[in-house]
Amino acid sequence: MTTIHKFGATPISCHAWSGNRSELALSHNSKDVTLYNAKGQGWEKTAVLDQHDLRVTGIDWAPTTNRIVTCSSDRNAYVWVKGPDGQWKYTLVLLRINRAATCVRWSPEENKFAVGSGAKIISVCYYEKDNDWWVAKHIKKPLKSTITSIDWHPNNILLAAGSSDFKVRVYSGFIKEIEPKPSATPWGARMPMGNLMTEFSNSPNGGGWVHAVSFSPDGSKLAWAGHDSSISVADAANDMLVMKLKTNLLPMCSLTWIRPNTIAAAGHNCVPYTFIVESDAVKLGSAMEEDKKKESSGKTSAMDLFKNKDKLGQNELETKLNFTHQKQIAEIRIVGGQKGDVDTFSTCSLDGKIVVWNLKTLAGQMKGLKI
Amino acid sequence: MAKNTSSNVFRTLDVDQYNEDNYKEDNDSTDPAALGPNDTLITSLLAANKPVEALTHLLSGATLGIKDQAARTTSLTLAMRVLMAIKVSQIDDAVAQLDNESRDVLMKFIYRGFEVPNEGSSAHLLVWHEKVFTVAGVGSIVRVLTDKKRV
Repeated sequence: MTTIHKFGATPISCHAWSGNRSELALSHNSKDVTLYNAKGQGWEKTAVLDQHDLRVTGIDWAPTTNRIVTCSSDRNAYVWVKGPDGQWKYTLVLLRINRAATCVRWSPEENKFAVGSGAKIISVCYYEKDNDWWVAKHIKKPLKSTITSIDWHPNNILLAAGSSDFKVRVYSGFIKEIEPKPSATPWGARMPMGNLMTEFSNSPNGGGWVHAVSFSPDGSKLAWAGHDSSISVADAANDMLVMKLKTNLLPMCSLTWIRPNTIAAAGHNCVPYTFIVESDAVKLGSAMEEDKKKESSGKTSAMDLFKNKDKLGQNELETKLNFTHQKQIAEIRIVGGQKGDVDTFSTCSLDGKIVVWNLKTLAGQMKGLKI
Repeated sequence: MAKNTSSNVFRTLDVDQYNEDNYKEDNDSTDPAALGPNDTLITSLLAANKPVEALTHLLSGATLGIKDQAARTTSLTLAMRVLMAIKVSQIDDAVAQLDNESRDVLMKFIYRGFEVPNEGSSAHLLVWHEKVFTVAGVGSIVRVLTDKKRV
């Protein structure tokens, strides 16, 4: 079953849930971030975070420490902390970039966050207690173009970045000031800061911006969605084997792992799809919603028929999609459960809706659903 | 007023190349092998009235990303000959026989064929387009647009 939350008709570009899932932060493609509190069936607006000068491009809410980080086209990021009086206090983070920030993610242990930008730089920021500010360390080589998406590895050190230079790279985001040296992983043993562990090209035919990257729950696999309508999974444990599925659908914009071997992805098709990862291939699972084709009502009156023909040059007025979302989905976020064991996830879309998808009830309702 | 207001010479300068932020393409300098050897095989199959086989050979042998424009034009003319030779009734079977990679390459040829219309070619190509689209979906069209290595 899906729960639909409407927030007006303006596109929602990004959203994030609080740790206890009772609060929601979202941005309507503007410079404000609005916070909502769940109240009964609806939402009550609690705060507006409006420090940014330009469009907010990414929001992430750390579940344990309850801090929000937002990044924007104005080349800044702010960390918001809720004071004892309930007001959100902001701290500017100097990212030292000269282009827009595009995406931001807290690390799993929430002691640092990474910001991707159009300056071909990833800024990994951590809190320095002595000076009471957030310091940014840059990862530059060999990024050639804008970073479009970022995901942290569960070990809090490795970082995957998808970029518009058609490549996905795994870097080390190790900050020696705040954490102990990591142990070896299938992605490599030596992990100095900014070290490129591996690089994957999206397509042998050269194209396709990478829209979203996501590590598997155990960190051994990396999935990404490219603009050439493909989903690829790289398996570090299996000698960096890349399994690519070229789909018949429109490109996906966001993806996450809902089971240890199943990915949920959503994008320009306006409905989430599942993809099953097998040992040597990725297969399309199913769509999470059936195309509810309405049977055309028996007699469309002759007057309506000619009225439409005259006004629009068409026989019927069919502009509504047969899915819950009417426009492309911008982001998928996990609501209930965690990566690899998801009960519910939410999708935000350019039609102003946030839809929460409940996998258990969906599996019961839709016979064809493959998870 | 200065005489130069009518001069458009500056428009022919590519100023973007001097921008230090300019995106530099990863030059995979592996020169793809020419389509040469297959041409004779394909023409002989066409002459022998076996256009569907010619199509399979054409698509599996097609190399993407050839820089030489003349080679690309010859491969396009050959592809058009094969596509026109296959009758409308045979198209369904022909498409069903292909694998996913070949279907993507076929869609690329179809769009290139649309760019240079001859009499009657576009109508036939539209039928091809419809048949391939029913099997390969929007994804194949997206790949025609996004793949940098053109056919």
